[in-house]
Amino acid sequence: MYDFAYHKPASVADAVKLLADPDAKAVSGGHTLLPALKHRLNKPSALVDLSGIAELKGIRRVGNAIVIGALTRHVEVATSAEVAASIPALAYLAGHIGDVQVRNRGTIGGSVSNNDPAADYPAAVLGLGATVHTSARKIAADDFFLGMFTTALEPNEILTAIEFPIPEKAGYAKMKNPASRYVMAGAFVSKGPMGVRVAINGAAPCVFRQADMEKALSANWSADAVAAVKQAADGLNADIHGSAEYRAHLVTVMAKRAVAAAG
Amino acid sequence: MNVVTPFEGIGASVRRKEDFRFLQGRGAYTDDFNRQGQLHAWILRSPHAHARIKAVDTKAAAAMPGVVAVFTGADMARDNIGGLPCGWQIHNKDGSPMAEPPHPVLAIDKVRHVGDPVAVAIAATREQARDAAEAILVDYDVLPAAATMDAALKPGAAPIHDGVAGNLCYDWHIGDKAVVDAAFASAAKVVSLDLVNNRLIPNAMEPRAALGEFDRTTGDYTLTTTSQNPHVIRLLMGANVLHIPESKLRVVAPDVGGGFGSKIYHYAEEAIVTWSAGKLARPVKWTADRSESFMSDAHGRDHVSHAELALDAEGKILGLRVSTLANMGAYLSTFAPCVPTYLYATLLAGVYTTPVIYCEVKAVFTNTVPVDAYRGAGRPEATFLLERLMDVAAQETGIDRVDLRRRNFIPTDAFPYQTPVALQYDSGNYHATLDEALKTSDWAGFEARRAESAKRGKLRGIGISTYLEACGIAPSAVVGSLGARAGLYEVGTIRVHPTGSVTVLTGAHSHGQGHETTFAQLVADKLGVPTAQVDIVHGDTAKVPFGMGTYGSRSLAVGGSAMMKAMDKIIAKGKRIAAHLMEASVDDIEFDRGTFRVAGTDKTKALVDISVAAYVPHNYPIEELEPGLEETAFYDPKNFTYPGGCHIAEVEIDPETGKVSMVNFTAVDDVGRVINPMIVEGQVQGGIAQGIGQALLETCVYDASGQLLSGSMMDYTMPRADDLAPVSVATHTTLCTHNPLGVKGCGEVGAIGSPPAVINAVVDALRDYGVRTLDMPATPAKIWQIINGGRRMAAE
Repeated sequence: MYDFAYHKPASVADAVKLLADPDAKAVSGGHTLLPALKHRLNKPSALVDLSGIAELKGIRRVGNAIVIGALTRHVEVATSAEVAASIPALAYLAGHIGDVQVRNRGTIGGSVSNNDPAADYPAAVLGLGATVHTSARKIAADDFFLGMFTTALEPNEILTAIEFPIPEKAGYAKMKNPASRYVMAGAFVSKGPMGVRVAINGAAPCVFRQADMEKALSANWSADAVAAVKQAADGLNADIHGSAEYRAHLVTVMAKRAVAAAG
Repeated sequence: MNVVTPFEGIGASVRRKEDFRFLQGRGAYTDDFNRQGQLHAWILRSPHAHARIKAVDTKAAAAMPGVVAVFTGADMARDNIGGLPCGWQIHNKDGSPMAEPPHPVLAIDKVRHVGDPVAVAIAATREQARDAAEAILVDYDVLPAAATMDAALKPGAAPIHDGVAGNLCYDWHIGDKAVVDAAFASAAKVVSLDLVNNRLIPNAMEPRAALGEFDRTTGDYTLTTTSQNPHVIRLLMGANVLHIPESKLRVVAPDVGGGFGSKIYHYAEEAIVTWSAGKLARPVKWTADRSESFMSDAHGRDHVSHAELALDAEGKILGLRVSTLANMGAYLSTFAPCVPTYLYATLLAGVYTTPVIYCEVKAVFTNTVPVDAYRGAGRPEATFLLERLMDVAAQETGIDRVDLRRRNFIPTDAFPYQTPVALQYDSGNYHATLDEALKTSDWAGFEARRAESAKRGKLRGIGISTYLEACGIAPSAVVGSLGARAGLYEVGTIRVHPTGSVTVLTGAHSHGQGHETTFAQLVADKLGVPTAQVDIVHGDTAKVPFGMGTYGSRSLAVGGSAMMKAMDKIIAKGKRIAAHLMEASVDDIEFDRGTFRVAGTDKTKALVDISVAAYVPHNYPIEELEPGLEETAFYDPKNFTYPGGCHIAEVEIDPETGKVSMVNFTAVDDVGRVINPMIVEGQVQGGIAQGIGQALLETCVYDASGQLLSGSMMDYTMPRADDLAPVSVATHTTLCTHNPLGVKGCGEVGAIGSPPAVINAVVDALRDYGVRTLDMPATPAKIWQIINGGRRMAAE
């Protein structure tokens, strides 16, 4: 780890000011950033620790949506009665991120801002058609995830909360990478106020919506309907754990299982 | 009779004494030791698999904050520092010695694998040393790399070492090829199979570390290091590398957090910190981070083999013919050459009566991390080959796979049994372990379970392995004739203190095995001293007279036998003291668990009476007997020991994802006499976890340029608890006939017996897909490919 300055602001406004330094980095749970720092893969001038900002915490129901503060830890989402009652698939997803240690430290805001292609939360955000609240504006999920580790967030813009519309049905299924246990291919499906949505994570450089599957499910919400839709391998990830063709195959399998889980 | 209460002797599951400190975080590992004025070393490692070093510029690094010194290979050469030695010499088919190129501590002129040490920066803090290492400028001329054996053997491949033609370390063989060829010519059936034994990265929980110290007053050096054999390190480093007499060099291996073989070897960093400590007259510490462990700890396995089995019409094996390529990596690690030869080819008879065997092995240099012994070492490779071959033979002859094995088992009454590949087995009962494993695993009821899985859309399979291993490698004279440059005896000292407590000094080293408990049980059993009053001292050349360390499941069979021998001497001397005290003839004194008795009388003396008399010799036969009660024994075994048994794995495959789940695992092992059943079960469980890891999860991957792709836990799949199955471990004992305890060893059986059982189960589950060859690990992607390919074939 290289030396860096450390700041712990108490408000979003102060954090935004500190992040005006282009070499400063925001940190919440630190489960991605700290390993990178330890490996000396990153050399920020300063870390802006968001964990002291009370306004970023908590889960609440607002009208027909669940609003989850950016600093909410995975374990809190996984065990929230509010989430379990309204979007059980989201509670399930949060409860299956990483391991106990990751769930106790990692936050939803950190995961979504980082947009790791193999992370879980981006699939829920896109698959439920959520709205991302930031220090400056509100961004629709469809406009938020731009590419591998890239989002619509400006350098000094902080993700503050995510607003998930409550669906009629939703389900999530994933195949884990055997080594890292990150997502090799996953599918989050939902049907509700945002229409029928199928978000695929892990398989490609960035989470994406599977239009053919959405069409098939719109016509016939069933596991069989989605099982008949093939995902093209072009552009999917390939590594020592699996080819693009394998991931393409898994996309269909996981989508089928997600629909089955959604009921 | 003075029996220890509660019984703590042989056969009792005494709780591990050492766990009190480990479980409370009070273990003392190498990195826990910090000395006054200590400096920290960071090793700059090669980012290239193969490159010529044109220049190394350390000026900027040396001027950085906190930096005390920056050393390169040239600095070591100026001090006449030797290269890292190899402890085993193999001879080629033509009788010439193997190629043994130099292995510089810090690279000179060339780097040969990613991670090869190039320079060391030494500074006040670890971060400062790391900053300085990053500031060292190395001008590399990158050369073509051979990341695989194929690439290294290709005509015209870039030579990795000057003077090593074709990158071939040796071309060795065992057996009479003409005789074996004749057996094949007369065979009713020949079965052949190509196999890869995947390369593994050991990943002990504690990374390697080393702390060098130099005492300016005495000129003594001390190295504290993560080693399985401190005396061996003292010998190799002192004599071959740093030229320090053993009397001036102390090597301490304190608590060590797992080794699995990877901490047997003498590594560059040990020499670097010791030499630097002398040069700077300050303690110097180095501790690997996990990324360094991946690219600098010796790797394991990495064989490519072609095997053929000749059978008669009744399924009796007539002969075995094997050709193997073994990857040595970029340099010869300490014991690397013996692994694919005398620890591998000599095991190829397994538990079968194969009358003739021929095996040739080519050992190959590649631009990869050196490969050496890893839990099992050669024996897992032999077992995987044999047990896969037996299943394929069963499939192709139509003989049931269990029956085929039985037909070829060495009969229970045939011991001692001479194999055609040098070894003579002393004891075993392969039918008994097979029978028990079949029963425990409910082999007979498997088809019902397969059908039940099929109803859920899953493919279920069961696999068996009837294996044998040779451990406690010995005797010294024999291994010497085979190329070992060390003896393979062990040393034990029993020191009975005046008040009757006992200190045991052993040359074996515990790094997870529970020696402090098992060895104390031997003393409890024989001398009747409670384990709480028995201290086991190991891992310090200043305390223990000598020792060869712990590997190859040798500690109890060899080290424990040395202790038994030393205890016999204690008892013999004690009898003479007792005879004097009780005014009886020595021949009339009996000893049993702490009590000396005049035979046929109620006259007794406790051990403590004898020890007091020995150290306070007021009433003592001083004319004929020295005071004191301490004895040392060196034990050189007469033979290897031969544990064996049967492993049965049951798996279930999700055909949609290709994921293999372990659903059941049964192990019935003959490890000889069991001292502590709980510890044996733990050892077997741990070995099976690593065996399942090899079969389903772990593999080291280099790209074509020699970059390590599986260089972290993100990409190297270590087994986790939920990857494993409920494991049933049982033992069935036949006694070793040539050591005093009748023990055989249990440290490696799990890792040796299990991989073929798992792969045979996976192949069985995939029987509808016509799988014949399945390389480890059986990852989801690989299984999916097989299923998907099979479906495509079915559709076409």
